[in-house]
Amino acid sequence: MALITCNEVSLAYEGKTVASNITFSIEEGDYLCIVGENGSGKSTLIKGLLGLKQPSSGSILPGDGLKQNQIGYLPQQTPIQRDFPATVYEVVLSGCLNRCGLRPFYRKNEKQLAQRNMERLGILPIASRCYRELSGGQQQRVLLARALCATRKLLLLDEPAAGLDPIVTSELYDLVQTVNREDHISIVMVSHDIKSAVSHASHILHLAHTPLFFGTTGDYLKSEPGRLFLGGPHGTESL
Amino acid sequence: MEQNLFDQLKELLSYSFILRSLAAGILIALCASLLGVILVLKRYSMIGDGLSHVGFGALAVAAAMNAAPLQVAIPVVVIAAFFLLRISESGKLKGDAAIALISSGSLAIGVMVVSVTSGMNTDLMNYLFGSILAISRSDLLLSAGLCLIVLILYLCFYNKLFAVTFDETFARATGIKAGFYNMLIAFLTAITVVLGMRMVGALLISSLIIFPSLTAMRLCKRFRTVVIASAVISVGCFLVGMFASYRYNTPAGATIVVCNLILFALFSIIGLFVRRS
Repeated sequence: MALITCNEVSLAYEGKTVASNITFSIEEGDYLCIVGENGSGKSTLIKGLLGLKQPSSGSILPGDGLKQNQIGYLPQQTPIQRDFPATVYEVVLSGCLNRCGLRPFYRKNEKQLAQRNMERLGILPIASRCYRELSGGQQQRVLLARALCATRKLLLLDEPAAGLDPIVTSELYDLVQTVNREDHISIVMVSHDIKSAVSHASHILHLAHTPLFFGTTGDYLKSEPGRLFLGGPHGTESL
Repeated sequence: MEQNLFDQLKELLSYSFILRSLAAGILIALCASLLGVILVLKRYSMIGDGLSHVGFGALAVAAAMNAAPLQVAIPVVVIAAFFLLRISESGKLKGDAAIALISSGSLAIGVMVVSVTSGMNTDLMNYLFGSILAISRSDLLLSAGLCLIVLILYLCFYNKLFAVTFDETFARATGIKAGFYNMLIAFLTAITVVLGMRMVGALLISSLIIFPSLTAMRLCKRFRTVVIASAVISVGCFLVGMFASYRYNTPAGATIVVCNLILFALFSIIGLFVRRS
């Protein structure tokens, strides 16, 4: 049984279809990268997987007892967060909220979880700094720590590398890989950094409003859309 | 004939109607400032302003029908709050334009009803410009009860309200019922706005909600500190404003708002220096 199964899914914005005929599934332990041009429906699909957006046709079904509060999410940054008076610790801890249910306050083990994830991302020294005063890269790490606090089975990341410098980006990819391999958490990542995608992911979904390819990374490198997207028939050799 | 401050304060506290209005005022100031932090950060400040005009319209109609003002105004304003929330969430209508439409529309209805019936009576004037000193014993009990409900709900859902305010998409994605908490915020705001109208009047109530949290945000960088500071600022400005209005014989509502304004300017200047150094 897969964690999430998409069957003939179409997604629309105000009556306009942005992605259609999407059929794929995410198994436990998978690392799926969704690639494609800007505006090809990648972020919309993520919203569909999160249940923030209902498909206009087809079905998105959770399996393996996957519940909404076991999913972590790293959204693209919105302007409202940029001037918010909150400390790093407050933001990270809010990721634990989906473990609380109706309980109004955090337990000790949830506070420890927030501490551990801050340590893991190297933001423990800035725990009491204000979120709005951090650099873009630091803010992204804070949001990733928050997402890790919320994650128990599945982690979805929407363009995590947007606006980051190359060193921070490669650190971020390594960390996601560790989370996938050591904590056995399934990953779904939207990216237009195709080179990093094929070097980390186990599966690739290539979207251009409809799926051009879905399968393992190895097969993708040999496939027609994969070769074209990576830059011609010899693109794979440069890896 | 200049009395000294201490004697004047003692004299002030010897009146039971002043003690009563101080008790009600502190509770309302507390509610307004706590909710204000969320409303300002969620970009909902204008909803508070719109609701006060709806409240005035409802009170005018209540006065025309000889009905109890608060009992009519509260349900009407709660419904208006849900409606305004729905408008600003759906994004189909331009949110700010819709709020302006509703607030000026209900103000116009209120004024029409007043002119057709009795004319401006004192009760209505009280709600337009605030008359914390005219609060009756039964009003005090109702206000205090509602304020306590607002405070308890706020404390119980503090962490959820923070999460929904900071990042609603993330909260929704991870299984928090954000829609419910938005409704809760709208509900609590509606009650606070109606109660606050008694204190500073329909025209000034939104300043009571917005000023303390904006002032706190000039200097504080932690969400919890902002919440606490904004509560302290709000209650402090209320007490100072009440006393100043007694000493200088100025209207209580406006004096409280001016206190808030002065403190805001002060914090802004200090904030500038802190940031520079």
